[in-house]
Amino acid sequence: MSEAILRIENLSIGYDAGICQIHALRSATLEAHAGEVIGIVGESGCGKSTLAAAIINLLAPNAIINSGSIYYQGTDIFSLNKDAQRKLRGQDIAMVFQDPMTTFNPVLTLGDQLIDFQQHLEGVSISEKRIRATNLLARVGIPDPSLCMKRFPHELSGGMRQRASIAAALLMQPNVLVADEPTTALDVTMEAQIIHLLRELRSDYQGAIIVVTHHLGVVAELCDRVYVMYAGQVVEQGLVDDIYHAPKHPYTSALIACDPAHFEEHTPILPTIAGRLPDLMNPPQGCSFAARCVLANELCRTTVPPWVKISQTQSALCHKASQ
Amino acid sequence: MLTYAIKRSLLALLILFVVMLAMYAMVFLVPGDPASIALGPRATPELKQQLIERMGLDQPILSQVYHFFYNAVTGDLGYDVWSKRPVLAEILEAFPYTFLLGVVALAWALILGVFLGCAAVIYRGTPMDRILGILSVSMISVPSFVVAIYALLIFAVWLRWLPAIGAGEIGDPWSQFKAIIMPAFAVGISWVGYLARMVRASMLEVMGANHIRTARAFGLSERRVVFKHALRVAIIPTISIVAVGFGSILSSAVFVETVFSRPGIGTLITSAVLKRNYPVVMGTVLVMTAFYLIVVTLADLLIARLDPRVRDVLRS
Repeated sequence: MSEAILRIENLSIGYDAGICQIHALRSATLEAHAGEVIGIVGESGCGKSTLAAAIINLLAPNAIINSGSIYYQGTDIFSLNKDAQRKLRGQDIAMVFQDPMTTFNPVLTLGDQLIDFQQHLEGVSISEKRIRATNLLARVGIPDPSLCMKRFPHELSGGMRQRASIAAALLMQPNVLVADEPTTALDVTMEAQIIHLLRELRSDYQGAIIVVTHHLGVVAELCDRVYVMYAGQVVEQGLVDDIYHAPKHPYTSALIACDPAHFEEHTPILPTIAGRLPDLMNPPQGCSFAARCVLANELCRTTVPPWVKISQTQSALCHKASQ
Repeated sequence: MLTYAIKRSLLALLILFVVMLAMYAMVFLVPGDPASIALGPRATPELKQQLIERMGLDQPILSQVYHFFYNAVTGDLGYDVWSKRPVLAEILEAFPYTFLLGVVALAWALILGVFLGCAAVIYRGTPMDRILGILSVSMISVPSFVVAIYALLIFAVWLRWLPAIGAGEIGDPWSQFKAIIMPAFAVGISWVGYLARMVRASMLEVMGANHIRTARAFGLSERRVVFKHALRVAIIPTISIVAVGFGSILSSAVFVETVFSRPGIGTLITSAVLKRNYPVVMGTVLVMTAFYLIVVTLADLLIARLDPRVRDVLRS
């Protein structure tokens, strides 16, 4: 495979909570190549959003990078100065945010904002920037884009706003597009439309797309590869087909088993994974999923599990994965 | 928007009416009648009676109120009891001085206050933020008359850079400018601190909003994020505060015009109250209330102009 556009190595990030640190992300490693769509799935609090924020370099002020690095086209972005980091944002790495209701500034027109977001483009006049933005709005399926440019965010529907924020993210033709829960705040019809749009964009988009979601269906529809996260760790990674049909990590299996899309019969009670997330202030000594895992034994509870390579493309962080 | 403007104006008129009624009631509760004060303790009852009749004080209060409003609508605010000049002319003579003072004082306070507020946001959590905080709170808490008197001592008495009294020579902008520096400084200084705190607080709230994160995610510089994206939202509550401040310049004008012996509405109303010059008191209060209401109404309209969400709520 070619050199990854984005490579995250051993990234550990904590949040300073006064007397202790919350270990939101622990030794996360992942990579994204040009032209592929990768998914990051996991339940709430598993570190997905921290990972997304780290990629775009917009971590909360109390976040502490404990170790690891993020390489964008071979350069460690943490080693760059603030200005250079800022220039990567929007231009090389862009983001589609979760809540389209609050993504845009309420007192500026969409056009004003889309033009302002192109400030790194040098030697391009305002009217050219306006044309670029209008074309992109048309590209993401907004009817009458020039009228839309004059509208304020609250005058558009949620779906339109999410389309507009995808257009905004594509403005600078970034090499990495991070979509943080792009469909979570939308209703089912809108969700289907946005997924359709993202699939459509894949065909003529050169860079890597990273979709962060808790929705397995979204991943299945959009992605080539998946990273499953649990309690701040990547616990399994592989091609979508492998992960969905032959999950090796018990957490992945449990997650898929809970997806209503897989039920064949009507069930009065939805299955859940028993137990809850471990305390992230003091992460467990052994495997973080051990407390909820049906297969767990003494080894799992005391020893950190190794990365077990199942195939060329799939691996899992589990003692039992090789069995 | 037009309906809103009309509604706000009608409301303003109603407020004006209520204020005048309250004012009338208050004036008549103040002890001492104008005739005795005007004529001194040795005046004969006949002379007093004559003056009372001339001022219309012998008529029932309701009829006095009616006459006052009737005349006010036609632009006649009555005559100064002592100088016999029309009250409206006296007010129009004094008003520009106070208006100019208010504009200059709030203009510098607004510019510096908003700037300091933004600076505190840019440097939030650093010693710079704390220094600005201490500075702002001190500016709010030092009484303006103390500032006025010390400014007078330092710049007029010791250094002799600025004139101590008056409003400058008529037709000489430079001398008028020199004369307004200290009064405007004294009136504006607490507003600087107040606005800085206000802007900082509403900015910090806005800075946590998602759209600011979006602006940052597009690599916009911190300065651009603060001054273009956040300030546009955060300035909206500040506008109403400034409007209230502009309207309440009257109360600041009373002391500052007294300290600096500046002509203006404040001087006019102080001397009128002391001399029980009722027509002047009533006329001044009427004009200042009207002025205050105009400014506040304009501010409301400006907010509707700046915030498309408010505009849309009004439209529906």
